Amino acid sequence: MPEFIMGSALMLENINWENMWDATLETIYMSVIALFFTFVFGIIFGLLLFLTDRGQLWENKAAHFVIGAYVNIFRSIPFIILIVLLIPFTRMIVGTMLGPSAALPALIIGAAPFYARMVEIALREIDKGVIEASKAMGATNGQIIQKVLLPESMPALVSGITVTAIALVSYTAMAGVIGAGGLGDLAFRDGFQRNQPDITFTATIIVLLLVFILQFIGDTVTKVLDKR
Amino acid sequence: MITLSKLAKTFQTKDGSVTAVDHIDLSIDQGEIFGVIGYSGAGKSTLIRMLNMLEAPSSGEVEVAGRSMNTLGKRALREARQEIGMIFQHFNLLWSRTVADNIAFPLEIKGVPKAEQKQRVNELIELVGLEGRGGSYPAQLSGGQKQRVGIARALANNPKVLLCDEATSALDPKTTDSILDLLVDINKKLGLTIVLITHEMHVIRKICHRVAVMENGSVVEQGDVLEVFRRPQQDMTKEFVRQVTEPEETEEALRHLFEDDSIGHVLQLTFVGSEAQRPLINDVVRAYDVEVSILQGKISQTQHGSYGSLFISITGAQAEDAIAFIKEQQVEVEVIRHA
Ligand SMILES: Nc1ncnc2c1ncn2[C@@H]1O[C@H](COP(=O)(O)OP(=O)(O)O)[C@@H](O)[C@H]1O
Ligand SMILES: [Mg+2]
Repeated sequence: MPEFIMGSALMLENINWENMWDATLETIYMSVIALFFTFVFGIIFGLLLFLTDRGQLWENKAAHFVIGAYVNIFRSIPFIILIVLLIPFTRMIVGTMLGPSAALPALIIGAAPFYARMVEIALREIDKGVIEASKAMGATNGQIIQKVLLPESMPALVSGITVTAIALVSYTAMAGVIGAGGLGDLAFRDGFQRNQPDITFTATIIVLLLVFILQFIGDTVTKVLDKR
Repeated sequence: MITLSKLAKTFQTKDGSVTAVDHIDLSIDQGEIFGVIGYSGAGKSTLIRMLNMLEAPSSGEVEVAGRSMNTLGKRALREARQEIGMIFQHFNLLWSRTVADNIAFPLEIKGVPKAEQKQRVNELIELVGLEGRGGSYPAQLSGGQKQRVGIARALANNPKVLLCDEATSALDPKTTDSILDLLVDINKKLGLTIVLITHEMHVIRKICHRVAVMENGSVVEQGDVLEVFRRPQQDMTKEFVRQVTEPEETEEALRHLFEDDSIGHVLQLTFVGSEAQRPLINDVVRAYDVEVSILQGKISQTQHGSYGSLFISITGAQAEDAIAFIKEQQVEVEVIRHA
């Protein structure tokens, strides 16, 4: 039996390459848009989480607690459940539950807290002395954020967004299962449900390729930025 | 230039309150290099950090360059800080920026135009002797070079005061000396007032004009460096002075010598200021029928002259007369052992 599956997986006879290409583009579309917003919101929430903490520039117990709670709760909900929970919200803002755009709210709401936590950790790694030196030079909080916190943590921010991007690609595959399109959708509906293992196999290879490319880009950029 | 009145800082910690600085009054003149020495935990860092309000005082007043620092609003405080440079034990450079961009950082903060920044950065790179390293990243520099970048950065906005928090404590002795030389050079060239804190008397001896000795949050002794070296009052001060005037192994070496009967009289001579340069030993052997041998000694240079002690032994028929002669000179003499 496994030989039979492998055999037909390698025959690639059921594949409609046009569908495969469309699914790939949908996956890339979902990942890229979601990644962009995840980056923006993740940086904002990560910064807020860091800055409102004890002894930091905008120390604020209440704000820190609220943001921390949001980040922790949404980071802990399994993605597949998050999608279901967010169906009403998604209908409201996207208007439909079908197609790649419908996956975006869940992708962003699921990934942004994940990234925010990594941003916070990256910022914590910055030497306190450097922030202190900036204060001693008369820098405003805005200048410290823009000229010290973000540039000094940039390699960690980039390697964090790489990990997040890879997680997002796998989230898009899950979102596919509820009809959002993309490679996950194709693998599940055409590959699994119609018993065409070559489709599942090829979709898997493409997802892996996407992940390898992301990892390569992320590693390269991190290396270039890291002057330590 | 700097006046502290009844300045105090108490930290609230889980284990109760800690008084790091306990009602200090201090005044530091324009253009002088003022040192604060004390052991770890004496409150030195807390004190220097209150000069630019990195630490808010619990009570008391801080006046720097005519500004009452503890009364300034946020904006005024930022402006005041631009006129107070600071360097740190661990340099605190931005590793993501090149040397030139690190030095430009305070200029960016102040909003100096780009072209002007560039010119100023070049001047500063030259001032601290880092020509050709402008494009390097801090990670590519040695400790001494990093501190030079720190100094250039601190001087970028032409401050009136430079604060140094253990600026040489992470450096080896040779590098320490070169950084101290640079500080003296800057002090002379720019007339900059320098406040430095340290736990090494060597640093005080080498560059400071005046010194305050700190213990448990209070200044227990202060004065001109040479004066404090000559007549240290507190036991702790004496300990610090010994750090630089006596060779480490003095006591042991002398105890060993005492067992040797042929050694004669043993004297400790303490020289202060210009006396150290006088050919006293030469005068003695010429005028009296004695033999003098130098057992051990250490003469140090300070900003106001030399300071040091010399252990000698005297033998011969006129030994007593020679000792009397030496005592008449402007040298402090202590007879440690009679023949
Ligand atoms: N932020 C702080 N919170 C609590 N205690 C502090 C803090 N900073 C300094 N201290 C305490 O104040 C005392 C003086 O510290 P410090 O000024 O760093 O001394 P020094 O620089 O002379 O070694 C120490 O007992 C230290 O534990
Ligand atoms: Mg200290």
